[in-house]
Amino acid sequence: MAESDNIVVETAEKIFADLADPQTINNDKKDAWKAPLWQALSEAGLPLAWVPDDLGGSGASLADGFALLNAAGRFAIAVPLAETMLAGWLLAQAKIASPEGEMTVLPASPKDRITLDPDGSLSGRVRGVPFAKAARHFAVLTHDASGVSIALVDAGKAKVEAGLNVGYDDSDVVTLDKIAPITIKPAPNHLDQTTVMLMGGVARSLQIAGALESMLDISVRYSNERVAFEKKISKFQAVQHNLAKLAGESAAALAAATSAADAIANATAFNDAVYLEAASAKIRCAEAAEKGGAIAHQVHGAIGFTIEHILHRYSLRALAWRDDFGSESYWAVELGKLVAARGADELWPLVASR
Amino acid sequence: MTAALRFDPIRLPPKCEELRKEVRAFLAEEMARGTFNPFKPNREDTDVPEFSRRVGERGWIGITWPKKYGGHERSFLERYVVTEEMRVANAPTRRFFVADRQSGPILLKYAPEHIKMDILPRICRGELCFAIGMSEPNSGSDLFAAKTRATKTDGGYLINGTKIWTSSAHIADYMIAIFRTSQPTKENRRHGLTQFLVKMKQPGIKVNPIGQITGQYEFNEVVFTDYFIPDDHVLGEVDGAWKQATSELAYERSGPERFLETYYVLTELVRAVGNDPDTRSAEGIGRLVAQLHTMRRMSVSVAGMLQAGKEPVVEASIVKDIGTVWEQQLPHRVRDLAAFVEETASNRETLERQLDFAIKTAPKLTIQGGTTEVLRGIIARGLGLR
Repeated sequence: MAESDNIVVETAEKIFADLADPQTINNDKKDAWKAPLWQALSEAGLPLAWVPDDLGGSGASLADGFALLNAAGRFAIAVPLAETMLAGWLLAQAKIASPEGEMTVLPASPKDRITLDPDGSLSGRVRGVPFAKAARHFAVLTHDASGVSIALVDAGKAKVEAGLNVGYDDSDVVTLDKIAPITIKPAPNHLDQTTVMLMGGVARSLQIAGALESMLDISVRYSNERVAFEKKISKFQAVQHNLAKLAGESAAALAAATSAADAIANATAFNDAVYLEAASAKIRCAEAAEKGGAIAHQVHGAIGFTIEHILHRYSLRALAWRDDFGSESYWAVELGKLVAARGADELWPLVASR
Repeated sequence: MTAALRFDPIRLPPKCEELRKEVRAFLAEEMARGTFNPFKPNREDTDVPEFSRRVGERGWIGITWPKKYGGHERSFLERYVVTEEMRVANAPTRRFFVADRQSGPILLKYAPEHIKMDILPRICRGELCFAIGMSEPNSGSDLFAAKTRATKTDGGYLINGTKIWTSSAHIADYMIAIFRTSQPTKENRRHGLTQFLVKMKQPGIKVNPIGQITGQYEFNEVVFTDYFIPDDHVLGEVDGAWKQATSELAYERSGPERFLETYYVLTELVRAVGNDPDTRSAEGIGRLVAQLHTMRRMSVSVAGMLQAGKEPVVEASIVKDIGTVWEQQLPHRVRDLAAFVEETASNRETLERQLDFAIKTAPKLTIQGGTTEVLRGIIARGLGLR
């Protein structure tokens, strides 16, 4: 587990430990933990971490916010923290102030579109929107003939068809049918839907990496407790090697995600090098979620397959997060096209650019 | 929590990028003068003494070592850049690479001053080739089963026994080897081995080449018969080599050579599919590039930790485990993706020839320098499982 080396992460981890203990949450069938957790996070200014003070937020750096998302992954936090952070960040790009309460971003998939009609209203149907049902507002990226705009929309005016992702979190279909936004402003020049997807993808990558860190941790601990054939299963070489592979997947996810976060936090533009970092993070973390999660379950045996055990809180969420803001297949195709378009002899210079 | 793996996002400082440009320009010059062909990783002669000397002249061997021994006191990150550029270009580094990576650092740490003054500057000038004498016919991964004896005699030791799978022994000027000076004890089966500096090309040493499945002859059997090594060639503690072996592994196991060995087939695949690939090719290339990028970031991160004076043994083992498995699978993945490449692709022959060689090379990658099984054991130990 990465040490907390900043105050944002320290604050968050304390709240997570107090109010989002995975076992307590898992035992709570009525979701009574949700409201106090969200309240504590809000009071600490964390959901609007990426919103500057003058727009209603707490003005944390991109780097601190990314570290916060990694910590949220380690606790498999199931409130719209990442979504509200991304929404606040997007609104702030157009100098739109963030309201209080839960938010999420539309669209959440690279191929979905919200269009801005000449009368100033917004229309479109977008799928797989995380926590749309829980959100009070949407931060919307929208297109018209003149370009890209960013809008703040009252969630109550949209049609939300509730759904669940593979990790049992809200993943909804949202339809805007000629909805008038609360505020709308043009997006800055460098920002388009790809930027938003890469940003969301890196957020998910950090969450997956965090979940894998915890899966490794609880799997190692379990293997040192569980006795079979008269010894701890951690003493079997086959189990050791599986856990070593899980450590490798966890390490790869962490390295890819934190590197991409660092690249974005220090970027002046979303150039090819940043694109490589962000797309690679989503691809590699998604692969790690599959391979690593399978090992964590294998080590736990039947107990890890029960709804009472906390393992699925990490394993299923990590799998679900693969789908948001472009799957690994989507990004692999896009990255492959980029590499091919640059040409064979430009591949190494791209990989070696940082 | 138990697992404290760290892979901080190290970024290479600007002076590394300056150096990278110099190395690329140098390699382009060397290709132009015909020293090596980057498209032919399977060339017969991977030992090019004059290339070694020119790399030495540039100051790129022993780059991190103290100036008084011919080094340049530059950082591990700079060494990293030189290594990866050489590797990607398929440059013939065989003659100096082992000395630069591990033999030199061992001498720096354990050799007496007059030997350091004698040998290290010559390594830096690209004049010396080193081999590593670890494996024996009945001792491979199980290093501490080594039986080749070093028997104390007047002023030194007499060596009798056989080392095997010794890369470059046929061209090496020196070998750093472990020999048995005492029997293991009941309490510690690792006790009793000592590390020595061995001068090659002397009477009492016979080097027998061993053919490899690639068609090359790069490793050897080395037979010692009453071969004399003077006392001052003992490196470190007598009977205590086991204490010295582990901390150096981070240097040996995390470098770019641990995932770039078969990289050339990926470049050629990208060339073969052209600028507008179909979806299948694009996805395959995208995944491979994402995996490659991730390993490089992990590997650079370990280099950064080494530069900061840490000993990231577990992290380094993870890099080698993931890296070597990847570079082993790469030729097969590229073969899959190349299955539908047009007959007319301009580099089709090059790609096929390279795949042929890379597929034959692949099996060794997860064996040499610490098998996958050994690495996973080290990682498991780091996780607190053993």
